[in-house]
Amino acid sequence: MAHFDKNAKPFSNKWLDERIAINTLKRVLNTEYWIPKDINFLWAMGMVLAATFGLLVISGIFLLMYYKPDTNLAFDSVNYTIMAEVGYGWLWRHIHGVGASIVFLIIYIHMFTGIYYGSYKQGRELIWLSGMGLFVAFSAEAFSGYMLPWGQMSYWAGMVITNLFSGGSLEAYGLVEWIRGDYVPGDAFLTRFFMLHVLLIPLVIIGLIVLHFGTLRLPHVNNQEGAEIDFVEAGELWKAGKRKESKVIPFSPVFLSKDIFVMGVYFILFFYLVFYHFDFAMDPVNFDPADGLKTPAHIYPEWYFLWSYEILRPFGKDVGLIAFAIAQVAFVFLPFIDRSPNVAPAHKRGLFQIWFWVLIIDLIVLTAMGKLPPTDPVFAIVGLISACLFLAMGPILFIITIFEKKLEKGE
Amino acid sequence: MYRELKVLAVVVFFSLLTYYLVEPYAHHEMHKKVDANGTELVIESHGFTYDGRDDIAEAKRSGNETLVATKIDFWKDVVEISKLEGDVTTGEAVFANCAGCHNGMSMNMGGVIVPNLDHAGRIYDKNYLIALIKDPAMASNVDHKYADTSMHPMGSIKFTVSDNQQIADVVAYMLEKKAEEVTPKEAYEEACVRCHALRYKKMTQLGDTPTFKHKKDALAHEIKVIEEQEKVQAYMGNLPPDLSMIIRARSAHFLETFVANPQGQLPGTSMPRVGLSQEGYDKVKAYLTEAGDPSKKAREELGPWVIGFFIIFTILAYLWKKSMWRDLH
Repeated sequence: MAHFDKNAKPFSNKWLDERIAINTLKRVLNTEYWIPKDINFLWAMGMVLAATFGLLVISGIFLLMYYKPDTNLAFDSVNYTIMAEVGYGWLWRHIHGVGASIVFLIIYIHMFTGIYYGSYKQGRELIWLSGMGLFVAFSAEAFSGYMLPWGQMSYWAGMVITNLFSGGSLEAYGLVEWIRGDYVPGDAFLTRFFMLHVLLIPLVIIGLIVLHFGTLRLPHVNNQEGAEIDFVEAGELWKAGKRKESKVIPFSPVFLSKDIFVMGVYFILFFYLVFYHFDFAMDPVNFDPADGLKTPAHIYPEWYFLWSYEILRPFGKDVGLIAFAIAQVAFVFLPFIDRSPNVAPAHKRGLFQIWFWVLIIDLIVLTAMGKLPPTDPVFAIVGLISACLFLAMGPILFIITIFEKKLEKGE
Repeated sequence: MYRELKVLAVVVFFSLLTYYLVEPYAHHEMHKKVDANGTELVIESHGFTYDGRDDIAEAKRSGNETLVATKIDFWKDVVEISKLEGDVTTGEAVFANCAGCHNGMSMNMGGVIVPNLDHAGRIYDKNYLIALIKDPAMASNVDHKYADTSMHPMGSIKFTVSDNQQIADVVAYMLEKKAEEVTPKEAYEEACVRCHALRYKKMTQLGDTPTFKHKKDALAHEIKVIEEQEKVQAYMGNLPPDLSMIIRARSAHFLETFVANPQGQLPGTSMPRVGLSQEGYDKVKAYLTEAGDPSKKAREELGPWVIGFFIIFTILAYLWKKSMWRDLH
């Protein structure tokens, strides 16, 4: 039996320390969790994401109180009950809708920051892998949530995406029916996606966020130069009061003070979008109630899925599905495709820098083509070329990084 | 600091580029209307005035020379009549012919309820009213649906009010005596509701749904609504959609141009042009906003406070960050 001081005041520091090692927790997670000093605002994107997820959870809880998962009631419960009858229902809905869209912008910024600075290798592989797990979970969360208002886009996106599981020429329609619980999206479909959206996937996301933070603790955060830092030594310098000489800062409060400033700037933009510019996140087509007899003229996913949709679209059905499947998992393997010995920002890595910007531009072109009508021959050919380029980017990365020379320290 | 701004510029540039491509540009490309030669058609509402230029352009695109000539002649006549001085007193007598059907009793005639004309002079355009009395099918740009205009539910007008001066008189009467201040709801009831239900305002094709004490009465009313809907459906080919959420389901530009001339946005649609004036359209739009986007006002009121809060929050956070990072470099 451990020793407990009977005279310790309940909930005093000593009392807590004896019970949950509060001092150790503070030290490990805050005051001696060392973060490199050489960082820019992109390093705050993790906390910005956590805050956005928090907003999504809170707004989601309020929406959950009035939403009705029933094909006859869903549309009006969202567009009438929540938007017209519930006090501030519109605010929660717009926060939820804008948050769901913007969270992907921040995810992409966060992800490409990691790629640019090489923060996915040499000890940081698990951070990358758990992050990709989060990306997949957020994608599933976004898709399942998109079904809930039961508008035209909900219905037809649900139809198109579940159809993918027929596996092209495999014609596995039994699997599609099993996923839908019906021949076409209907009540069974809506209620199961409702469950996934409000329970199972959020649980997975929360678990993965804990894992993602956990995988970060030992390798530590990367820095702008990819410099290897002796965190113990640098931490000792800090503790000795040599704040200028030390290369690190503690997570709390120094790093956090910058995070919160960046978050403030982000929230100004976020709420500007919530109040004045939410249309980009709430497609007009989805304000028409679901109608299985009326296919919309254009069916397209939300902007964050467009690039992978465009990898599916320009090919025939089987090749398209295979290309799509590859695109979905390609980024997961990044730490193992990149053979370079360097953890350094792209602008110091020669060909890799060109590769990085080509990838960004290719993804933006794919994103644009994914929404433009493919009936236009120019758009169709641009889409095909950029999809092929995307598929080639993996092997190209493998080859150019094999030949990448090791950078000398301080170069 | 310089480096941070450089990184920010790169992030902002690529975000805005992506936004531009997937929103304004993609939507423009998706909803583009082109003629047979691939030239883009510009669709406008001309401030809700009606001179037949869209109708004539459509006829020209169809390549039907006779139709072009008919449309040109028709709209020329309309302009001629609009120049005549109308006499309100004579017009009132002529209007007695109209009041036989337009009596506010909501009777269905030929598939659709006869509209109430209480504010006709206020919500409809003068030229449109002239055109409608002269030839209802041509005015509403659905002449392709009728081999002969007298088949139109209002076709009998040809035999009752046919003289140009009579038309000018009755329009003058409506512009003067049927032009009282109109509420958004009245504008919607007079111009739209006989085809388009508005369930978020508890309106059906029969107008406001009364509250019933007994379930039996409620059900009886429901049956009347269904019967009315069947008639409208038989006449229009399809039950026109409920407009509760239309204000958010279509862009402002689409709604405006569609109401001004349905054939421009949806060639072949059975929706007639209803001839709303700018004021009439603004009133209808206000009512649709009340139904489908009721939080607009609250949003605009609360927005500055929330954003103001975060601006102050950010300034304080910046000062805190500065003090924390003061002696680090």
